[in-house]
Amino acid sequence: MAGIMIYSDKDELSFELLSGAKLISGHTGLPINAVCINNSEQAQGLAARGAETYLINNEAINLADSQGMASALESAAIQLDANIILLSSNRRGKELSGRLAEKLAAGCLTDVGSIKVNLDKIECMRNSLGGAVLAAQMITSDYKIIAVEPRVFEEMAVGKEGPINNLKIEAQAAELEVLEQRAKVGDTANIESANILVAVGQGLKSENDMLIIKELAEALGAEIACSKPVATDKKWLPEERIIGLSGKKCKPDLAVILGISGQVQFTVGIRDARTIVAVNTDENALIMQMADYIMVADLHDLVPEMTRALLVKKRLNGVRL
Amino acid sequence: MNIVVAMKQIPDLQQVRIRNRQPVLDGVPMTFGSIDKNALETALQLKEAVGGNVIVISAGTEELEDTVKEALAAGADEAYLVLDDELEHIESSVSAHLLAELIKQIENIGIILFGEGSGDNYSGQVGPRIAEILGLPEVGYVCDIELEDSRVKVTRSLEDCEEVVRVSLPAVLTVMADINEPRIPSVTQILKAGKKPQQILEVEDIGFDLKGDKKIVTLSSLAPENKRKQITVKNGEELVDALLTEGVIRR
Ligand SMILES: Cc1cc2nc3c(=O)[nH]c(=O)nc-3n(C[C@H](O)[C@H](O)[C@H](O)COP(=O)(O)OP(=O)(O)OC[C@H]3O[C@@H](n4cnc5c(N)ncnc54)[C@H](O)[C@@H]3O)c2cc1C
Ligand SMILES: Nc1ncnc2c1ncn2[C@@H]1O[C@H](COP(=O)(O)O)[C@@H](O)[C@H]1O
Repeated sequence: MAGIMIYSDKDELSFELLSGAKLISGHTGLPINAVCINNSEQAQGLAARGAETYLINNEAINLADSQGMASALESAAIQLDANIILLSSNRRGKELSGRLAEKLAAGCLTDVGSIKVNLDKIECMRNSLGGAVLAAQMITSDYKIIAVEPRVFEEMAVGKEGPINNLKIEAQAAELEVLEQRAKVGDTANIESANILVAVGQGLKSENDMLIIKELAEALGAEIACSKPVATDKKWLPEERIIGLSGKKCKPDLAVILGISGQVQFTVGIRDARTIVAVNTDENALIMQMADYIMVADLHDLVPEMTRALLVKKRLNGVRL
Repeated sequence: MNIVVAMKQIPDLQQVRIRNRQPVLDGVPMTFGSIDKNALETALQLKEAVGGNVIVISAGTEELEDTVKEALAAGADEAYLVLDDELEHIESSVSAHLLAELIKQIENIGIILFGEGSGDNYSGQVGPRIAEILGLPEVGYVCDIELEDSRVKVTRSLEDCEEVVRVSLPAVLTVMADINEPRIPSVTQILKAGKKPQQILEVEDIGFDLKGDKKIVTLSSLAPENKRKQITVKNGEELVDALLTEGVIRR
């Protein structure tokens, strides 16, 4: 019994998993099978990227029902003779991994941030202790379930066409009924790919002050990001802009961090930034310890000052040209 | 109806310092993960709405007997615990099996609540694993709950959408941190918490082989290296000049 199987409810993430599977297959020689459930478009996308694709079409399988989804993937893994299962570590993917792992008596690692293959051993890195440490872990059970964070792997490029096979899976009607689905209010920000980030935290006094943050971001050519409470408690910014353990992991060239205390659950999302500036009224704030440039100041004074300085330099530069 | 809440004991992460890339846990007090406190608050609000008992379940080291008073003071009626000093760093599958055994001892369960992720491991696995062991439906990342007789209508928050679903009870739900604001117990509640019932089990009582059932090995666990310049700047202009010199911003 040996083989790799990938599945994600999101097309892009499944294309990323395909690259992850390639890495493992390159070291182990194991075959890769890509599974799609009730999504022929995704099947075409995977096949276009060279994957041996298996499409399950069965309306009784409901994406929202982790129980039925786990059953379907369990049957798929058995039929395809796959023991290494790569899933995406988005919310649906994490839910599914736990449930599927229990079915297969498998060890499971979620939120995996990188994978290294050593001979036939798959080492996974993930945050632990709330993000205070980075652990290298390995699954020792026969079945292995690895849920990989978004963007760890690049999407596989379109290449030689792979086949699409139909996979027949029996399913029982879900015990769960979806009544409504509403899209979250659109925000196209992609803080993970921004070169410069201005991140704001609870040191910001009011929503009105967001204006000075916007002006600074504009002068810097930066995206605006935030700590979790600014989005979830204050609701001044959408959740897509949260940096950290339950938000996004970002690697900008520059992160200007304003009024954020720097607890580990935040810093895990920004510690790979090349240069970090921290502005905080408290010189002992934890964030100061991980900053390249430390500024003990009230952000409401410093931010407009910094914006002015930037605009002056730009204008000076314009004159010189 | 009994409402069960799983709460994991963890070291107070705000007090953990790093030395030689290792976390220093000596003397750091234990507490419950913050999202688990949201799960408890959810249970307490459900109880206030429809009655019933709130039962906390947990697997951890002996200190748990003390830590659990936090939850009992906040309003939980009773606790079922598995205690063993070997349970300091347990993997998700082991936690799930131990907790499932505790749940099997409780009758008339309506809802079993979990945090979306534990405070230390944040794997998000334990809730779905237990749902699988018990053969129950599960809804994760819940941000709103409405009880309807023998069913529950919940809203779950996914990355790109909110999904309203209805499931029959008993069901497993995992909640998000923003579902509520956990209450802080009063001094009298804290004093009374010691008198509330605690059912305590040992790992042997459950017949579980802690070592034999390991599915994960940890090869290393280190704090990432932190090499930062740590330059203090005095004003906005000096900061902008430094960043220009560094080349991270362009004129
Ligand atoms: C499982 C779990 C996951 C989590 N995931 C995340 C996550 O992904 N992202 C995240 O951010 N958090 C996360 N958290 C929450 C995290 O623990 C912190 O609570 C949060 O990061 C704190 O946000 P903050 O720094 O903005 O607020 P605070 O901790 O309140 O800090 C505010 C800071 O602003 C400073 N300040 C005040 N006034 C001013 C001023 N006028 N000018 C300048 N500075 C000022 C203060 O000195 C303080 O340092 C998570 C928590 C848990 C338990
Ligand atoms: N040892 C434990 N004792 C009690 N509850 C736990 C334990 N481990 C995990 N949980 C529960 O499961 C949730 C998810 O944990 P995790 O899978 O570790 O992220 C937590 O928020 C708790 O509600």
